[in-house]
This record gives sequence, structure tokens and C-alpha cells, in this order.
Amino acid sequence: MQPPAPSDVALIRADITRRKRWDLLFGLLGVLALALGLMTITALFVNMLIDGWARLTPEFFTNFPSRRAGQAGILSAWVGSLLVMLVTASVAVPLGVAAGIWLEEYAPKHWLTDVIEININNLAGVPSIIYGLLALGLFVYGFGLGQSIRTAGLTLALLILPMIIVATREAIRGIPQSIREGAYALGATRWQMVKHHLLPYSMPGIFTGVIIGMARAIGETAPIITIGALTFIAFLPPAPVTATPPFINFDWLPAPFTVMPIQIFNWTSRPEAAFQQNAAAAGVILVAMTLFMNGLAIWLRYRLRKNIKW
Amino acid sequence: MNPSHSPIPISALPVKAEVRDFNFHYGAFHALKDITMPLCERKVTALIGPSGCGKSTLLRSFNRMHDLYAGNRYGGEIILHPDQTNLLDPRVDPIEVRMRLSMVFQKPNPFPKSIYENVIYGQRVRGVTKRSLLDDKAEEALRAAALWNEVKHRLHDMAFALSGGQQQRLCIARALATDPEILLFDEPTSALDPIVTASIEELITELKEKVTILIVTHNMQQAARVSDFTAYMYLGELIEFGYTDEIFIKPRDKRTEDYITGRFG
Repeated sequence: MQPPAPSDVALIRADITRRKRWDLLFGLLGVLALALGLMTITALFVNMLIDGWARLTPEFFTNFPSRRAGQAGILSAWVGSLLVMLVTASVAVPLGVAAGIWLEEYAPKHWLTDVIEININNLAGVPSIIYGLLALGLFVYGFGLGQSIRTAGLTLALLILPMIIVATREAIRGIPQSIREGAYALGATRWQMVKHHLLPYSMPGIFTGVIIGMARAIGETAPIITIGALTFIAFLPPAPVTATPPFINFDWLPAPFTVMPIQIFNWTSRPEAAFQQNAAAAGVILVAMTLFMNGLAIWLRYRLRKNIKW
Repeated sequence: MNPSHSPIPISALPVKAEVRDFNFHYGAFHALKDITMPLCERKVTALIGPSGCGKSTLLRSFNRMHDLYAGNRYGGEIILHPDQTNLLDPRVDPIEVRMRLSMVFQKPNPFPKSIYENVIYGQRVRGVTKRSLLDDKAEEALRAAALWNEVKHRLHDMAFALSGGQQQRLCIARALATDPEILLFDEPTSALDPIVTASIEELITELKEKVTILIVTHNMQQAARVSDFTAYMYLGELIEFGYTDEIFIKPRDKRTEDYITGRFG
């Protein structure tokens, strides 16, 4: 091949400059798009923070809701959220992890499991109010569980179940086949392989999925309203942990309750400006809770993955 | 290699296992056709042949690895002596087979656990919990795999901290710690450098004092160096089986000769 003539080199350079203009243009567009999205969220959060700042006092956390905005707090709401999450996690995690493992390692591969797989992915996209309607019919009226913490916990567990199943399956799928074969080759049964290898090595992924699911559940409003949570509740459910043996009681499960998003919704619908401040302050706390959970998920994944590299 | 001596006929040697009329299908693909060959006790038998000839498929049939995947069908027998158990019998649990035969894989596959936990994993699945027993087993196996001196002070470090060659010797130790009757090697050095390969080959030669070995390799020199018997496979058929010396010096089949002399492969 002939080396290019000097004039050709100039042509090549001019062509590159011309084409790279589009590179620059798209780069700018991308930054703009990102900034627009981020700034909107930041503006909303800062606005909420400014509105609610004055109300973010220790008493806000220890006071029950009140007719007087200045004395109202979120005690029953955050305790309610916490207890509902406890039920949600203890139901959704074992069910979701077990279902995920079964689908990935035990299920025979045929049309029925294909159908199940497609439907689990679909379930993750079902609007949450539908879960509320289902829970109202099934848990509240069908099983007579009442408008209680256990009903709310079960409802949100259903909501995040597909997320946990999908996270479990993905975490398991990330484990190389050579590890499975290595365990089987030494005489392990399927359950020993799952217990000694798949479960521990997929923990980081499962944790992440669980926490992200919980972060979603804690902010859910529609299904909780549908099953009929109270909006004004000036007492706490019985404590799950007691000072006397057996130290644990389950009387809180059937108790009426409220949760953070419902408390916010309730205050937002009041005309007085002081209640809007309360709503903003509670909103800040709710956002902080979800951010904290997401941060925890990232940190856990990083920490637990450190010793495992395939 | 000494082609001049007249060896004992293979049929007169003690046999550890026998493959009889073995056929294997991956879905519609007929991967192995009527394989019949012996595995002589405490000898190294090498399976050689070009990629896709079915040598790994045959090796993995011994410990029923194929049972883990749908769409695999096989027929025939692999008889394990002295008790005449047919390893392929559907009434024989694959777990029983894998408790009697061990396998070392192509790429080192230590578990993301400590060196110690890796070595004794076979004992763990058997329900052994007595510490002194496990300790003895770990030391014995690590010594046999020529790894003990390098790791005895850090048994509780992660296995991933070891080099590639050490990891493969750890996997060999793990396979030995269950006292297998046959040790299966599936191209155990293909992911390792030449110096490490030499050490693993030396180890294999030492191990045959105690255990019957079947090794798949695509490195003909390796087969010549470590094995007593060689089976040459091509397109799913066993073309030739015999003393390694004979296969390499005076192959009976033209196809074996072409492969050995590097005309293809």
C-alpha cells in the first residue's frame, strides 16, 4: 500500500474534526439531561428540607399525632413502619429466597416453569394498589386478619416477593457452574451444595435485593390505604420485646397502626400551613430512611463481595 | 519409553474398572460410540484426541457429572471392580459413585472458603465433625498433593490467596481427602504455566502408587510423560487403546499415527 499523500492527511483530519462535533454535541446533551433530572430531585428535597427544618426536633420523633400541629409527632408512624417492615421481611425473605433457589436449582426446565418465570417478572410490574385490593379481599375479609400490622406486613411482603425472587435467582446465577460441579464431585447432595455454597456465596446479592425491596415497601402508600390503615393513631401497639420471659410477644401483630407515608398523606391533606411543615419534616425522614437503606445495600454488597472473586 | 521389551498383555493385568459398549447422546448428537476399554489398577490411563472427540465426555461419565444436566442420554456399562458395581446403573445413586471416585477439573475451582475447609469438604458432606479426624485428613491429603509445606502455617487463609498452581494442587488434595478408588483428571494443567504443569505431572506420577488415574489431556507430550496406557479417540470413537509406549512408537491405526505425528489436531 502507498503511504497517504500529505494532502490526504489534511483531508482525514478535517473529516475527523467534522465528525467529532457530533460527539461533543451528544456529550453536552447527555450532561444536560442528567443535570435536569438530578436538579429536579435535589430541588424537591431541599425545598422539603427547608419547609420541615424547624420541625426536625427530638420531640417530633417522640410525640403522637395531635390536632395542634406544633405538638404533633411521628411516633406512631415510625414505630408502625418499623413493625410492618419486620413482618414484611420475615415473610418475604424466606419465601422469596426459597422460591428463587427452587426455580434456579431444583425446577425442571419445561413450559410450566417458563410460564412461572415470565409471570414473576410480570408481578414485579403490577401496580401496588392491585396488591392492596387483593389484600383487602384476601387478608382483611377472607382470612379475617383485620386492618392490622400483620395484614400490612403480608401485603407489602407480596409486593416485594417478586423482587426478592429475581434478586435471589440473579445472585445464584452469578455463581460459576464449576463450584457446583466441584461440590457434587465430592459427593454432596443438592441440599448440601445449596447450603454450603449457593446460599453463602449469593448472600451479598440477596441482601441487596432484600434491602432495595424493603426501601420500596417502606414508602408504599396505596396498598396500605386500601387495606384501611388508620390515619390518626395516638397509641403504640404492644411492644414485641418484653422485660419478662418469654421476652417476645406477638400481641402487636393484630394491632391497628399507621405508617410514615400515611402520616405524611394525612398532614398534606390538612389546610393549615403548620401541618404542611410537619408533612415536609416527615418526608425528609422517610427519604433519609430509604437513602440509608440503599446505602446499606451498597456497603453490604461491597463488604461481602470482597472475599469472593470468580 | 522402551519399545524393545515385551510387555505383559493388558488382559493379564489387574483391572480397576471396565467401560463396556458405552454410548452417549447430547440431545440428537451421538457423541460417543460403543466405547469399550479397561482401566488398569494403580496405573495412569490417558485419553487423547482432537477437540470434540468426546474424551472429556467419557471422563465425566465415570462420576455421572452428566446427570446434572437435562438432555444427556447414555447406555452401556462402567463396571467398578472388585465389587462389580455398574456406575451407570440408574439404581446406583450418583452420590455413591462420586463418593468412590474423585475428580480434578480443568480450571482450579477452589471454594471461596479457607484452605482447610476446601480440603476437608468431602469429609464435611460425609458428616465427619471430629476435629482430630479432620485435621489428620487435611494434613495427609495436603502432603500427598505436595502442598503441605507451603500452606501448613496458613490453613485458615482463603484458598483464593494461593497461586494458580497451588490452587490446582489444593483441588487435588481435596479430591484425595475422600480416599477415592479412581482419580479423574480433566485436562488438569491446561490453565497452568509450564513449570507448574511439570510439578503437577510429577505429582500424578507419584499418586499412581496409591490410586488408579484416568486423565484427559490435549497435550500429547503430557500423555507420553505421565501415562502407562493411552486411548486415542476420534469423532466419538475409540480408535486405539494400548500401552502408551506402543501407541506413541508404533501405532497400529493410520489415524492415530496422523494425530501423534501432528498431521492434524
